[in-house]
Amino acid sequence: MQDFSRNHFELFNLPTQFGINLNSLDQHYKQLQSEVHPDRFAAAPIDQRLRSMQLATQANEAYRILKNPTARARYLLHIKGVDTQEESNTAMPAEFLMLQMEWREAIEEASAEHDIAALDKLLQEIHLEARSLQQELHGYLDENHQLAQAAEAVRKLSFIDKVRGDIELAIGKLED
Amino acid sequence: MALLQIAEPGMSAAPHQHKLAVGIDLGTTNSLVATVKSGMSTVLHDEQGHALLPSVVHYKPDGTVEVGYQAQAQQSHDPKNTIVSAKRFMGRGLHDITDTSLLPYKFIDVPGMVQVETRAGIKSPVEISAEILKVLKARAEKALGVDGGRGELTGAVITVPAYFDDAQRQATKDAARLAGLTVLRLLNEPTAAAVAYGLDNGSEGVYVIYDLGGGTFDISILRLSKGVFEVLATNGDSALGGDDFDQRIFCWVLEQAKPAPLNAGDTRLLLTKAREAKEWLTDHTEAQITSVLSNGEVVNVTLSGTKFAELTQHLVAKTITPTRKALRDAALTLEDIKGVVMVGGATRMPQIRLAVAEFFKQEPLTNLDPDKVVALGAAIQANVLAGNRSDDDLLLLDVIPLSLGLETMGGLVEKIIPRNSTLPVARAQDFTTFKDGQTAISIHVVQGERELVSDCRSLARFELRGIPPMAAGAARIRVTFQVDADGLLSVSAREQTSGVETNIVVKPSYGLSEDEIFNMLQSSFSSAEMDKHARALREAQVDAERLLEAIDAALEKDGEAMLSADERAVIEAEMDSLRTLAQGTDNHAIHQATEALNHATETFAARRMDASISKSFAGKSLNTLDI
Repeated sequence: MQDFSRNHFELFNLPTQFGINLNSLDQHYKQLQSEVHPDRFAAAPIDQRLRSMQLATQANEAYRILKNPTARARYLLHIKGVDTQEESNTAMPAEFLMLQMEWREAIEEASAEHDIAALDKLLQEIHLEARSLQQELHGYLDENHQLAQAAEAVRKLSFIDKVRGDIELAIGKLED
Repeated sequence: MALLQIAEPGMSAAPHQHKLAVGIDLGTTNSLVATVKSGMSTVLHDEQGHALLPSVVHYKPDGTVEVGYQAQAQQSHDPKNTIVSAKRFMGRGLHDITDTSLLPYKFIDVPGMVQVETRAGIKSPVEISAEILKVLKARAEKALGVDGGRGELTGAVITVPAYFDDAQRQATKDAARLAGLTVLRLLNEPTAAAVAYGLDNGSEGVYVIYDLGGGTFDISILRLSKGVFEVLATNGDSALGGDDFDQRIFCWVLEQAKPAPLNAGDTRLLLTKAREAKEWLTDHTEAQITSVLSNGEVVNVTLSGTKFAELTQHLVAKTITPTRKALRDAALTLEDIKGVVMVGGATRMPQIRLAVAEFFKQEPLTNLDPDKVVALGAAIQANVLAGNRSDDDLLLLDVIPLSLGLETMGGLVEKIIPRNSTLPVARAQDFTTFKDGQTAISIHVVQGERELVSDCRSLARFELRGIPPMAAGAARIRVTFQVDADGLLSVSAREQTSGVETNIVVKPSYGLSEDEIFNMLQSSFSSAEMDKHARALREAQVDAERLLEAIDAALEKDGEAMLSADERAVIEAEMDSLRTLAQGTDNHAIHQATEALNHATETFAARRMDASISKSFAGKSLNTLDI
């Protein structure tokens, strides 16, 4: 049976590091759910049903965090005692801020012109930017132990995730 | 560990004893019950050999109740006491039902769920649905030999539309309990269909379930792999179904034939004829609609398939928008989709099949009976839940269809659980008090995608009392939302510093109209800009109110002592101007006036600060101060 006092990585038998094997995560998640899911306890007494719900809830939460690179890095830093300060620390390098502004302008322009293809292209461009930040995170967290740099990369990714969300919203709007 | 050792389901019973469990599809138009017999999922028939039980309940003059085909035969003769499509009213208030003028019932508007007055008394949709479930339960017990001493029914899995919200789910569960059934699980209809389809075909990969029933539309996207059915996204419209297609035909017939005003019986008769014409058009190019109304008037019109498709074009389109959104939520493209499974009687309509094939660029799968597939899947799941485990263990990972949130200052929604989160799910959020000494906080739970509370469905309101009086912002109230595997919500709240806790299971007392749900999701995209402005405006208003309140308090306390009459007049003028602007909608102007007022009170604030410092330093020497 699983020990839920372990961290999310340990829960799925993964090394506590940024670089993880997503297939392995998927497999271990499903394995765990097949043991603790409320469907396994549907006819069990109420206390066991409640416990099963808590465990399955925790497994879902852990899976959600590890599946998402930004959330995974934030969580890893949290384990290491580093606050990513995404709400309080908004200082960003000038070139990153410029990039932000360019993206925002591109969204507005493409939305005004009903250009879904342009928005999709922008999504891909941003995806590449996110990928390169994730590569950096791998270096900061798993190789060089540069936690301050890692926290800044998480803040950047957080921004990027927000922009992505806005693009998806804009596309949804145009598709209606 | 202990938990699993004790709870291994099915192990407590003797190994040879098969537990009797059924799957029930409680449909808008028809209901079914199925069970797993010798490893095969089978629909159970009534004595006449019918698999379907029309979801119609007739309260007879002699005080008895009939359900199904006999009840259906009465709907034109005794329309007021013959309830069809009760599912549409589950968990709904009267204001949610848009077409009451077309319905022959005497609706009673009570807080909570709408009720219907019949000769047997006032009935809630939950009671009416329970009558249907009772008949299915009796059918199952007979077929399974429960009366003959083969033990009793362990429980049932009841299916619900994936897009049903908390109120509708709770109502369904209540109906099952009222019918004397142990509910093992509420299962989403498309997920049930996927189970029946996937296990039957040994499928792996990503499948779309397109489920158009009598009154609801669901779209679910699932990944199937090694017995695990993982819902990636779901969307839909809980007020769109085959009934709407009947209505279109009905309205068209009225336009064509222009009969004298109809009575309730005539309306029901023509709606039945409309439904028959719709079904006829599945295999024929035209349908004759003929009937004699109560005043002797004859209606006789011919409807072509082409005309029918034209009349219902917008209804078909209404299914494509949620489909597109579900694909996007699942981050998938059309190429990722291995197959599209058609579920629900309404998917027999040729224009539906055509539209789906066109959208997905592949022929939809129709090899399982679209009327039965949901019940068959539910039976398979019931069998697993009852503890009759098979070797190929099956695991269903389903999601919540609509986001959950809390009302915060200014009528804004703080989203707590986003739609399409895998169940069970819990999320905690911290809130704080807004005023000094505030001892209670009221919590308002909503469901929907929009940013303003007024645009979402209100699920429940409750109060957390007994917060120890503290300065504004000092209390920390942690609210936890837990949604269980049935998709039902419970909420608990705890004040962190004092440990005061309230724990409630949310029992929503009223519901959204089906249109509201659809519009809510749709407009959350189309009005994101409007929401943004509304949010900025509310934020500016809240800031302004906060500042005004603080200055009022300060003026009352220290205004006399620290300000000259002129100084005070300047501040009060700025306050008046801000108060006026805060009533309007110009968030920039409110913001500027707030800044101006802040500026105008700087001197006053500095004087108060000095006074308070000298007060706290009074009588203390420097070395006792903690600096």
